[in-house]
Amino acid sequence: MRSRPTTVLLAALAASSLALAGCGSSSPTASSTTSTTAGSSPSTAAPITGSLDVFAAASLTGAFNSAKTTLARANPGLNLTYNFAGSNTLVTQIQQGAPADVFASADTKNMDKLVAAGLVDTPVTFARNKLEIAVAPGNPKHITGLADLAKPGVTVVLEAPGVPAGDYARAVLASQHITVRPKSLETDVKSALVKVTSGEADATVVYVTDVAAAGSAVTGVAVPDSLQPTITYPIAVVKATKNHAAAQAFVDSAVSGAVQKALEAAGFLPPQ
Amino acid sequence: MIVLPLIGLLQRVSWSTLLSDLSAHDAFVALRLSLEVSLGALAIALVFGLPLAWILARHRFPGRALLRGLVTLPMVLPPVVGGIALLYAFGRRGLAGQVIYDLTGWRFVFNTSGAMLAAAFVSMPFLIVTAEASFRSMDRRGEEAAATLGASPAYRFRRVTLPAVAPALAAGAALSWARALGEFGATITFAGNLPGSTQTTPLLIYLDIESGHEATALALSLVLLLVSLGVLVGLRDRWLGNP
Repeated sequence: MRSRPTTVLLAALAASSLALAGCGSSSPTASSTTSTTAGSSPSTAAPITGSLDVFAAASLTGAFNSAKTTLARANPGLNLTYNFAGSNTLVTQIQQGAPADVFASADTKNMDKLVAAGLVDTPVTFARNKLEIAVAPGNPKHITGLADLAKPGVTVVLEAPGVPAGDYARAVLASQHITVRPKSLETDVKSALVKVTSGEADATVVYVTDVAAAGSAVTGVAVPDSLQPTITYPIAVVKATKNHAAAQAFVDSAVSGAVQKALEAAGFLPPQ
Repeated sequence: MIVLPLIGLLQRVSWSTLLSDLSAHDAFVALRLSLEVSLGALAIALVFGLPLAWILARHRFPGRALLRGLVTLPMVLPPVVGGIALLYAFGRRGLAGQVIYDLTGWRFVFNTSGAMLAAAFVSMPFLIVTAEASFRSMDRRGEEAAATLGASPAYRFRRVTLPAVAPALAAGAALSWARALGEFGATITFAGNLPGSTQTTPLLIYLDIESGHEATALALSLVLLLVSLGVLVGLRDRWLGNP
């Protein structure tokens, strides 16, 4: 039989390639040349042109995507793409040479790694956020606050260490001496939310903006302001960008322009 | 193209700190869990896969081609898709999962059994394909002779068939085990990620790379690479077809 050896060979090839270390996020290497855009940067009133690749924390997905529509109308020559993931994942990608023009992080800890490595210009704060507990619609397990996350019978997932939302949540829980044993450590807020919306987990801790974006798929349980950590989102131009003008324009827009408007509409707090 | 990435990996490994990287707590736990999960997956594959392989090899029935296709589907399905499918089948609100949960309170998701199930799902086809091939191509005369001498089907299977296919079966089992060891997409999607219960070595490697712990990730990658290589070299030409 001719098909059998071929099938088994294909199986073996598949096994050998798949049995090797698991697939992680790809980090395309790009030569980190300095920007070669000729001419001086135009004023922010002029339309932005060229390609722009913005690496942004997963929690910015909704707001940045809606900003894209606004920006596209005002800047028809702009080709804007996003890469959303946990902030720590994006830091690793940029360190490995991924071609980002702008980096928007959900905490200063991750941004500082790139600052220390000399990979970004001086960051600016462009938004603030607050934590919120997300539970199944209707709150069937009657979770009223952070303390309920430690109740037996409540399946909680949190974000992995290094992911800002996870670190913020763990800090708040620790400060209240609440011991939560999460059943899984997710790679970003969206993955954590999916565990709740799919019914596998009863609760997770994400941002108020994530709960708002999820609409009727989750119910939010507030974390009192007195317990909220300081959550500031910094944004910076990546030094290796090939389109410095567009990158700077995006950063400016995030602080006080069209992107900032989209952020506030999504529930983010303005930078102070 | 195959060799260059392997060389790239080897030249980045920190050889001097290798042992301490591997004995970092999470790394050791992940390696031990990987062993447990891959062996559990192999057990599941043997229990469900061998009978399937036998039926496919020895019986004709309508829809046999479709069954064979379904059985090999996990080989070509993107593992993440496999994980999602497993959620819909065995998740807390899944087709079978809900029944199991309501009756027994048992959960696969966030449980080591879920990691085993995910690994079995992607690796079982390797065992089935090899087993079916060897059941089909083995010399039946031994079985026929045993039958004429009055041996029962169970006795024939145990004392004649199994020994005849044992070498090929071992090869299929080794391949299946190696595939289960390396599973990532279905595990992280279906079973979750928690050190000690579902964080197998590939998951830890991914998370370590994501959080900048490159040394541990590389050390673990080296271990998996050597194990996989060992299995394939050990199999030599067995999986290219029965001698």
